Amino acid sequence: MGEFKVHRVRFFDYMPTAIRAMAFNAHTERLALARMDGSVEIFNFTDHYFQEKVIPGKDSRSTESLCWVGGRLFSAGLNGEITEYDLENLRPKYSLEAYGGPIWTIISNTQGTQLAIGCEDGTVKLFEVLEEHIQFERNLDRQKGRIISLSWHPSGTHIAAGMMDMIRVFDVPTGHAVQRLLVDRGFGGSKSQETVVWSVAFLSDHTVVSGDSAGKVQVWDGHTGTLVKTHLVTKWDVLALSVSKDESSVVAGTSEGTVIQFQFIAPTLHQQQDKEWVRTRTFKNHTHDVRALAEIETAIVSGGMDTHLVVRPLLEKFDEKSHASGLRKIHFPHRNLVSCAKKAGLLLFQFPGQLELWRLGDSDGHGKPGDRLPLKRKPEKLLLLKRKGEDHICCSALSSCGGWLAYSTVSCVRIYRLQTDNNNISITKVSKLPKALRSAHQLCFSSDSSKMFAASSQSSVLVIALTQSECKYVHTLKPKSGSRQPIHLMTTSVDGKWLAAANSDCEIRVYNLQKLKLHCIVPVYGSCPSAMGIHPTTNNMTVVHADQQLFEYSIVEKQYTDWSRKLQKQGLHNVWLDRDTPVTHVTFNPKNPNQVVLHDMHMFCIIDQSLPLPDQKTQFYNQMTLRSLSEQERPSHLHAFKICKTFQDLLCVSLLDDQSLVVVERPLLAITSQLPAPVRQKKFAT
Amino acid sequence: MATLFEGFTLCGLVQTQSASDSAIQGIELDGDSDHAVVTDSTRAVTLYKVSDQKPLGSWTVKQGQLLTCPAVFNFQTNEYVVVSDNKVSADVWRVHSAPGGEPVVLFQRGAVRLLDSLLSAPQQPIEDILSEEEKEVIRWSTNIVAEKQHFVLFTTEQKGEHFLYVQRLNPNTLQKYRLEREDSRAPPLSFSASLRDKHINLLYLYPNGCVYQSVVAVQGPVGLEGVQALPRSLRLRLPVGEGELGAASAVALDEAHVAVVGMPHPSARTGKDFLCIWNTNFQTLQADKEMVGRICGQVGILRIVWCYLGKLFVPHGKALSVIPYECQKSSLASALGKLRHPGIAVSKSSVAIPSWNTLLHGDQPQGPTKIVDSRKSVLTVVHLQPFQTGPVEEVRREVEALVSRGDAQDLQLSVGRLACQLVARSQVETAFYAPGALARLVKTQCLCHSMCPDLLLLALEHKDYFLCQLCLQLFPDIPEVVTCACLKTFIGNEVLQTPYSDNLLVPHLKDLNAPQVILFLQYLQFIYLKYSQDVYTQTPVLRSPTMTQIIDWVCLLLDAHFTVLVMAPDAKGLLSNLQSFVKSQVKLFSELGKIEGSLQELHKMKPSKDISQYSIEVIELF
Repeated sequence: MGEFKVHRVRFFDYMPTAIRAMAFNAHTERLALARMDGSVEIFNFTDHYFQEKVIPGKDSRSTESLCWVGGRLFSAGLNGEITEYDLENLRPKYSLEAYGGPIWTIISNTQGTQLAIGCEDGTVKLFEVLEEHIQFERNLDRQKGRIISLSWHPSGTHIAAGMMDMIRVFDVPTGHAVQRLLVDRGFGGSKSQETVVWSVAFLSDHTVVSGDSAGKVQVWDGHTGTLVKTHLVTKWDVLALSVSKDESSVVAGTSEGTVIQFQFIAPTLHQQQDKEWVRTRTFKNHTHDVRALAEIETAIVSGGMDTHLVVRPLLEKFDEKSHASGLRKIHFPHRNLVSCAKKAGLLLFQFPGQLELWRLGDSDGHGKPGDRLPLKRKPEKLLLLKRKGEDHICCSALSSCGGWLAYSTVSCVRIYRLQTDNNNISITKVSKLPKALRSAHQLCFSSDSSKMFAASSQSSVLVIALTQSECKYVHTLKPKSGSRQPIHLMTTSVDGKWLAAANSDCEIRVYNLQKLKLHCIVPVYGSCPSAMGIHPTTNNMTVVHADQQLFEYSIVEKQYTDWSRKLQKQGLHNVWLDRDTPVTHVTFNPKNPNQVVLHDMHMFCIIDQSLPLPDQKTQFYNQMTLRSLSEQERPSHLHAFKICKTFQDLLCVSLLDDQSLVVVERPLLAITSQLPAPVRQKKFAT
Repeated sequence: MATLFEGFTLCGLVQTQSASDSAIQGIELDGDSDHAVVTDSTRAVTLYKVSDQKPLGSWTVKQGQLLTCPAVFNFQTNEYVVVSDNKVSADVWRVHSAPGGEPVVLFQRGAVRLLDSLLSAPQQPIEDILSEEEKEVIRWSTNIVAEKQHFVLFTTEQKGEHFLYVQRLNPNTLQKYRLEREDSRAPPLSFSASLRDKHINLLYLYPNGCVYQSVVAVQGPVGLEGVQALPRSLRLRLPVGEGELGAASAVALDEAHVAVVGMPHPSARTGKDFLCIWNTNFQTLQADKEMVGRICGQVGILRIVWCYLGKLFVPHGKALSVIPYECQKSSLASALGKLRHPGIAVSKSSVAIPSWNTLLHGDQPQGPTKIVDSRKSVLTVVHLQPFQTGPVEEVRREVEALVSRGDAQDLQLSVGRLACQLVARSQVETAFYAPGALARLVKTQCLCHSMCPDLLLLALEHKDYFLCQLCLQLFPDIPEVVTCACLKTFIGNEVLQTPYSDNLLVPHLKDLNAPQVILFLQYLQFIYLKYSQDVYTQTPVLRSPTMTQIIDWVCLLLDAHFTVLVMAPDAKGLLSNLQSFVKSQVKLFSELGKIEGSLQELHKMKPSKDISQYSIEVIELF
């Protein structure tokens, strides 16, 4: 295949923020996850844990707790507001001041008719869930001290509230507190510190389970208010609890980064009747506080200070080893934070609060494979562009010529004109933007930089014409029917004729940009597209889905290509299908029409469509083998998937017009090293 | 440990007129391990599938007829056998059947016939073994099939005396034993027989709570005429509370465990019946379960518990319960103290550690002499005469003779008694001390400290270090106080290896005086240094303590005597040595800890070059 010059970039200081809360919707199998910066992410657990949606954060918003009511998502936070999200437009639908000071927790009853929040001022407030809104109903008896955690009894009649040093059980109809469960303080020095009941769980049989800052998981009888069992699980805090649907298991997350499982089982074989809560397993997949937990049907989902989401399958729920039974760690977003100007050799890095524009370095001469070339010019940060306003950046784009830059928040879109001559760079904000362009889920430029496309509400795409002096609204490409879900992927063809847009309902629409109308809809496949690209010469579109399936669709002929059919017929190699991170970028080699470049977090792959497809018996990762073979032997061992794992923790892999690869790595170690120190744990001989 | 699992009811019981009557005559196995053939006291035999608690079939005899004995399964013809209305050609007591053997018929007057031969000639004459006039009647019977040998055992009562008959079939021999009479003259409540190591173990329970065991060799004495006395040993003394046991039954589960049903729980109020599993080695209650309702059974010998294949069958109240159980081997040492280090005392010495061993044993290979001959049984009357009065040399000879002719089972019983007698004699007669004989007895490995607690103390008293060494080596259960007493007199490798538990030992260690402690510590330090030097060349030394044992002892000694040692001027050097040693160890470990961190980092680091923020590299894809 040949040699590539690789720009190995490690100066993108991407730093995910800590996970604060999560809520699992068992009905839709969506996990909502809130981070410290106020952003909310939705993962589709039926589709390979694909990160389907991201609602960007906001400076003043801090989410403490999330709660699903049917398909509606609510959050509450220390700013004292309850927020309902618009999951189609990926923004808050409305926010409501609760007038109870900071809110620590929000829950709903099983019927989905009421919400309850726990406030700093000691009140539990009930809200009625209405069609389009929520309405304050009443307060339960006000308590001294903040309400940290809440749990609604499945019958709806009682609420357990975790407070400082105690748990209260409320009778919901009367609003009176009917039980007071006193929670012991820690030992030694922490005796003088109040115990914070970080989490409570109210089970059908009126058992209350609590987790507190003294490191205890306690089981209470909610009828009598008596303590049944104390499990001291950590020297630090027990921060989160989650109960399995059948109430046979409770998991607790601690400051030590462990998740501890308790199961309601008979302690001895011959007394199956006398069940009790027994500590069973400990999972250690985090280095820091586990702040958010969800025990779902087949797995324990956890997240916390160390920013990554862990899906730990419960192996006893699986009959055989399969894709779903593997441990899953989600470190990076399933979308691009890097834009690459292929002609200009520029990189744009997107942070929630700013954009960074870098020019890649340059080197002299050539080298052997494995060599590192001497740098003629170092990479250079050309620009640091801070966003205005409180809303975080949700998407950004850089034109391939490097002359245009755009970003969007939920409240505004900004477009800038960039001019670079030699070492000087000038940036000009485009002042007058069309009124229709208020916000965008995705932005992209046409390859000749004459147009910009903005994915707008209800799966529509705005077409904006760019000239030296102004930008002008041209048209809105609007689907007549079908999904109203937001577009999360957009790509244009090099010849400027086609635009493809994919939404989270797995629909991919192809528009004819000359006629400004819908050209075709790609047959809907059951898994969400995670990356797509249109070939510069053939106009064939390569689409990769969250389940790792790969299709090539001829836009001109409106059908899958022969190569794609062949691939589907033969089936992708199991090694390919077993990868656990989605492909997030597809690009092509303009010099070699047979080559498609794509990458996930752990590898990049060049698919050579002229070579035979690997069958299941073929060694899939065969680069090492090929290296060891002689020139004569090699051809018989070649197959289409050329995979390089030299580079790890990849955020972007792209092919510049000069045939050199750009690889943006963000080593996980670099992320870990920026985290605060974990709680101190004594280790032997240290 | 033994465990009783959650039981289940196999079937309900028909209430008989008198509450003392058992509703169950017998429970037998058939070819299927999950089946039980239950014969009730009236007219019915029912076959159950035990795990399903489901009857598979049932037979009844005609109105007016009665079942004589429990139905049994003929394992050879796959038929069920039952006798009704007593008669075949004489009154039948029982039919017995066991896998691997033909069913046998035991007649009320003691005669035994194979079922086959009886059926082929039903009218054959049946002789009387038991005398009619003397009113000798069978109380209990069973049969045992072992290694092509078939036995029928039955006990009889005659004028308040109890006898055991052992009838061997093919060739037919009959042996009669007299059971020792219990002081209360009460008859035994239950019998249970089992076969272990070519010996029939008979376990029987008296109303005063005593459980005795008697052992009869399978290859027993042939041709001995007349009635032999059957020696017994007390296996267990059950707490019966006030009064005596009414209906109770004991059944041996394995060599160490006995299940007892129908006795009150030692810590529960009376009036409730319990099923208990006792460990006879340690006399401990291992598992218990309350049986609701009265245990069914009548006063006298009647089985009220059956034990098959890990399940106990107990009729009580209105139900027949099946209770699965499990017995595991346990050892006192594992329960109470540190175990002997395995792997010691196996290989031969290669490094000479100066010790009492070499002094005492020379270079002789160690190991107990194997007992070869096992022709004589315990039933041989041991002549106690020479042991009580004879001179040392004669005693030694007699012991030698006894030890070499008895087999392991017999020895277990006799050696303990003999040792106790010799020790007692030595304590009385100051001039008498038989070290050779005692050593021989200890070497049989049939003794333990608990059996003869004065032995080791006697040896200490006589400064018989050889015997002390032997005891320390071979006894698993030496109390900490005795270990310390040994320490006071001499220091050896053996003491260090004695099982002990820290908490119990420390108080006794305090009894040592300062010079003793210092000497001991010096010795420990010496062997420690010796070990440390040879750490690479060392192979396990015969009965040498491990490093851990040495360190443990050093710690224990320091714990017990630290204040004394600090004050003692002659301990100063020793203590500072030990301190510098500890310091160096701490330093070593902290350095190792540091290295560990670095090694981990090294491990993590791929052999890649230092990767900077940016580089331009050339790669090649094939």
